[in-house]
Amino acid sequence: MSSVQLKRLLVALNRVKQHGYIPKCKQSTAAAAQPKKEPEKIEVFVDGKPIHVEPNTTVLQACAVAGVEIPRYCYHERLSIAGNCRMCLVEIEKTPKPVASCAMPVMKGMRILTDSPLTKRAREGVMEFLLVNHPLDCPICDQGGECDLQDQSMAFGNDRSRFTDNEFSGKRCVEDKNIGPLVKTSMNRCIHCTRCVRFGSEVAGVSDLGTTGRGSDMIIGTYVERLFMSELSGNVIDLCPVGALTSKPYAFTARPWETRKTESVDVMDALGSNIVINTRGGDVLRVIPRTNEEVNEEWISDKTRFAYDGLKLQRLTAPMLKNRDGYLVPCDWEDALSVVAERIGRLGNGSKMAALAGRFCDAEGLIALKDLMNQLGCETVCVEERFPNVGASIDLRSNYLFNGTIAGIEQADLVVLIGTNPRYEAPVLNARIRKAFIHNDLQVAVIGPKIDLTYSYEHLGDNTNILSDLASGKHAFSKALNGAKRPLVILGSAMFERPDAASLYASAAQLSEKLRDVSSKEDKEWRVFNVLHRNASQVAALDLGYKPDVKSIIDLKPSLLYLFGADEGLIKREDLPKDCYIIYQGHHGDRGAKIADAILPGAAYTEKHGIYANTEGRAQQTHVATTPPGKAREDWKIIRALAEVCGASLRYNDIDEIRERIEQVAPNLTRLDSIEQANYFKQNIELLKQHQSSFHNQPLTPPINNLKDFYMTDSISRASLTMAKCVKAVDQQLKSQHRN
Amino acid sequence: MALTKRLPLASLLQLSNRHLATQTPPPPAANPPPKAQAPPTPPPAQPQKTKFGPLKDEDRIFTNLYGRHDWHLKGAMSRGDWHKTKEIVLKGSAWIIDEVKKSGLRGRGGAGFPSGLKWSFMNKPPDGRPKYLVINADEGEPGTCKDREIMRHDPHKLIEGCLIAGHAMGARACYIYIRGEFYNEGSNVQLAIQEAYKAGYIGKNACGTGYDFDIFVHRGAGAYICGEETALIESLEGKQGKPRLKPPFPADIGLFGCPTTVTNVETVAVAPEICRRGGDWFASFGRERNRGTKLFCISGHVNNPVTVEEEMSIPLKELIERHAGGVRGGWDNLLAIIPGGSSVPLLPKKICDDVLMDFDALVAVQSGLGTAAVIVMDKSTDVVKAIARLSDFYQHESCGQCTPCREGTGWLAKMMNRFVAGNARPAEIDMIWELSKQIEGHTICALGDAAAWPVQGLIRHYRPEMERRMAEYAAKHGDAPQKVSASGH
Repeated sequence: MSSVQLKRLLVALNRVKQHGYIPKCKQSTAAAAQPKKEPEKIEVFVDGKPIHVEPNTTVLQACAVAGVEIPRYCYHERLSIAGNCRMCLVEIEKTPKPVASCAMPVMKGMRILTDSPLTKRAREGVMEFLLVNHPLDCPICDQGGECDLQDQSMAFGNDRSRFTDNEFSGKRCVEDKNIGPLVKTSMNRCIHCTRCVRFGSEVAGVSDLGTTGRGSDMIIGTYVERLFMSELSGNVIDLCPVGALTSKPYAFTARPWETRKTESVDVMDALGSNIVINTRGGDVLRVIPRTNEEVNEEWISDKTRFAYDGLKLQRLTAPMLKNRDGYLVPCDWEDALSVVAERIGRLGNGSKMAALAGRFCDAEGLIALKDLMNQLGCETVCVEERFPNVGASIDLRSNYLFNGTIAGIEQADLVVLIGTNPRYEAPVLNARIRKAFIHNDLQVAVIGPKIDLTYSYEHLGDNTNILSDLASGKHAFSKALNGAKRPLVILGSAMFERPDAASLYASAAQLSEKLRDVSSKEDKEWRVFNVLHRNASQVAALDLGYKPDVKSIIDLKPSLLYLFGADEGLIKREDLPKDCYIIYQGHHGDRGAKIADAILPGAAYTEKHGIYANTEGRAQQTHVATTPPGKAREDWKIIRALAEVCGASLRYNDIDEIRERIEQVAPNLTRLDSIEQANYFKQNIELLKQHQSSFHNQPLTPPINNLKDFYMTDSISRASLTMAKCVKAVDQQLKSQHRN
Repeated sequence: MALTKRLPLASLLQLSNRHLATQTPPPPAANPPPKAQAPPTPPPAQPQKTKFGPLKDEDRIFTNLYGRHDWHLKGAMSRGDWHKTKEIVLKGSAWIIDEVKKSGLRGRGGAGFPSGLKWSFMNKPPDGRPKYLVINADEGEPGTCKDREIMRHDPHKLIEGCLIAGHAMGARACYIYIRGEFYNEGSNVQLAIQEAYKAGYIGKNACGTGYDFDIFVHRGAGAYICGEETALIESLEGKQGKPRLKPPFPADIGLFGCPTTVTNVETVAVAPEICRRGGDWFASFGRERNRGTKLFCISGHVNNPVTVEEEMSIPLKELIERHAGGVRGGWDNLLAIIPGGSSVPLLPKKICDDVLMDFDALVAVQSGLGTAAVIVMDKSTDVVKAIARLSDFYQHESCGQCTPCREGTGWLAKMMNRFVAGNARPAEIDMIWELSKQIEGHTICALGDAAAWPVQGLIRHYRPEMERRMAEYAAKHGDAPQKVSASGH
């Protein structure tokens, strides 16, 4: 056995020991092979066509390289190989039996026949077996039109049926399971590919789903009926190759060919997961993920997937003004804009004005508002999420970005999570950490409460002292930390709400810089320090010069406050002078609208072209999937119109011009889908030296630590019925006798 | 019973693809459903010996097969167990493997893979992982009752064999996976292990050789599929007993991710005797490539059902007449025989008359030696019902992991149960043949093959009988098959 083989075996052994199975490890093998010379490629023949592939690729992957798609059900690139559907059987010359191409590694000179009579017969046979107990309910099945079984039986199945025994004894019947308000089950349709089971145990890290029974009595389920308790549960709907697991909120709504698909970006967290919005006649019917290896791979969280029904409820559909009785009444845009402009004009200059932007604002709206405010002489233009004013603070982008990048987690060998619960702040990122934990033996340390992150970690405690201990090398974990070649320190943005945020930030940054001294020997470009944001608008707002300081607004005692989608309720009516005039521009009648004197209805993320920068600083844009409801309009246009009435001059009249303006201020925001790297760690550390640390005693606790609190966190998800059902379901599950 | 071991061609081929291309026996001919019986190919030429059996008493390895003597350590030692074990172990791994290779021993679990060769796969350069020997004592194959006799009446043979085979592979420990139903057998083996520990034969410094070797007993929960080697490993690890994909083979990644060899009880239990008496002694029995002695389990319609040790290649008729008191009602009352446990195709009387009981001779008549569990059926047997019962068994025991077996075994069983009454059309015989071919060779493990073969054997030899029933049923009930569930499922 060669040493390479031996090494692979050892790696495999470790995985088996830790996880009980051999997960697929594209990244890790690639990473392991990287430093040494490239392994020699193997020549194989697919239907006579010679191709060269890396050793250890499977026959199925080799066929894909050759451009031949092998039908499959159980095989999925991001899950471990089960090899149980047998649909991918292909003939290999000089072997008597067809082999499962998904599991068979290529060997030198292998001649793969993907179109031979033996291969075709094998596929036909498997198709027949899969269909013999599959109900013929395609007309009422939600998977219809995007069903692998349907498609592949057309392509590879026989053209006639010989299910004579169905006449005698019927088909297999399996009771449907209730696994929660999101995933609808129809277990008669199940073909036992176990993708959902593997997703649960490997990606989501919950072992709720499994198989019971044997043979044709085998059943996928939760054993005792219970909730599939995962923040990523919706992904099993996409994984299920048949209609056994479908979307409950989307049930019986539409066929895939009826819907218009708009590629867009999610804003429910700061990851910017790529999505496809399916619409029909102005209704968002569902949201499904779009593959982006660098961001969300092909997963999205349940909030991203299911909160869309909140887009139809609690919407602000017309401008409103407060009447004499103190009630908001709908009015025309003309009236609203002239009243607001009059109010602004009444102030004379902008020194007593303030603006606050919320979590869903796009860069276009943000720049327009900032330009307007600045022109009116207002400098108190803030964003809801705070950021400590220490060192260079937001002047250097590297201070507030997730510098190591999301995909970088897979190269890391150690992650320190400080005051963040990525499982609920960014579920897809947490899945990435788990992936690296399983495949690359990533070590994770947590400073914060002991929480279930779906992977095991070193719990360092929730005390603020730990940070300084780690930096000074006094802590027991320091040795492991200093030995790390590619460490990542991830600081949760929730920690910026603490009174000692500055000290916390400074010590995390200093610790990161210390670790970078070690890691730079290994990789000069390696970035250690990361901030995990929670708000989709935060990075773009900081890039555009918004102040992350809500308190300055309260201190200002403004006479006019412009709330731009600010729904966190950080500023209450009581905090402001009595006569303060509050304008709320946004899409939901939530906390912001409640205190407003004038309401300008804006567009939600599905209704506008907008640029959002995710926590890495990656700019991505949403597209118009539906039009804003009623009189609501795209946000930057509202501000542009208001500027016109106020007599301010904003020199942009269409989306291209406003993007030119964005480019002047923050050019990185217009370079879509790429990351503009920031690299001023050393300079910031110099500035941080002046900071005198003082910590508060309260433990470092992220705000959301259980699934129940994950679902309703913002104006859209608070309006969503589906999310409310999820909260209820989790509540019931926790009260049930079958809770974990 | 190791499924893989039981099924000669499938697993042998699977292994041989990787390890020894030259030893590959010809693949089974994928015939269309034969209307008439294929002529048996003549057995290979026999250079020296032409007569096999009966085995002389002094050549018997299992001398307490019937439990007439003490099975404890003292009794076992009086029969020669643990005699010079230390010297055998000290001769080293290469010597033991060489001796086993010389003996021509083939795995006794069913597939008949050359044992010496299999054990030698474990002798790769060490990589820091421990190696394990796993004994497959999950004897679940219907008709088979040889391992249980060894375990309850001669457990020390097994334990001594574990030490020797374990040493040959460099194994650190041995796990004996005993079928859940074998309560007394498990208990005897456990007691025997304790005796051996006490006597210092195993454990730290086993037999004073400086070699540390532990043996653990693990009792299964009664699933037939756990006799398949990788399912057994899964079960041993505490998971659902579902076969793993191969490659990687257990010799690379097996139990707990370490190199593992899974062997049958009988294979291991004969190893000490082979080492003591020499491989050449063992090789003096049976035909070329089918050497040694073997336990035959004769059950069914014979006057005296028995498990007996005999020479390989003994004629089937002589085996039954000499040891089992003949077929009930005389040899002429014989209908058919399943020669190797439920999963091999049956043989009609015409073939049974002169077939030899060894791997190659039975493959030549499109059956297999399997576990050498001879199931005899006389003319009172409803042969279709007998095979339908086996189809029910395989449906019940399919693990449900892979499609052809999960769906196919149930389908076969449904159809076979209709065939019992003849409630079907003759064309469905061709269909079931095709279905069985769709299962065979398309599954992860060999259970699919095992389910397909008895049905294929039935069609091969009893098609006229099946057609007769269908015609009779049609005459009685009208032409269309009655839509009544014939199966209990």
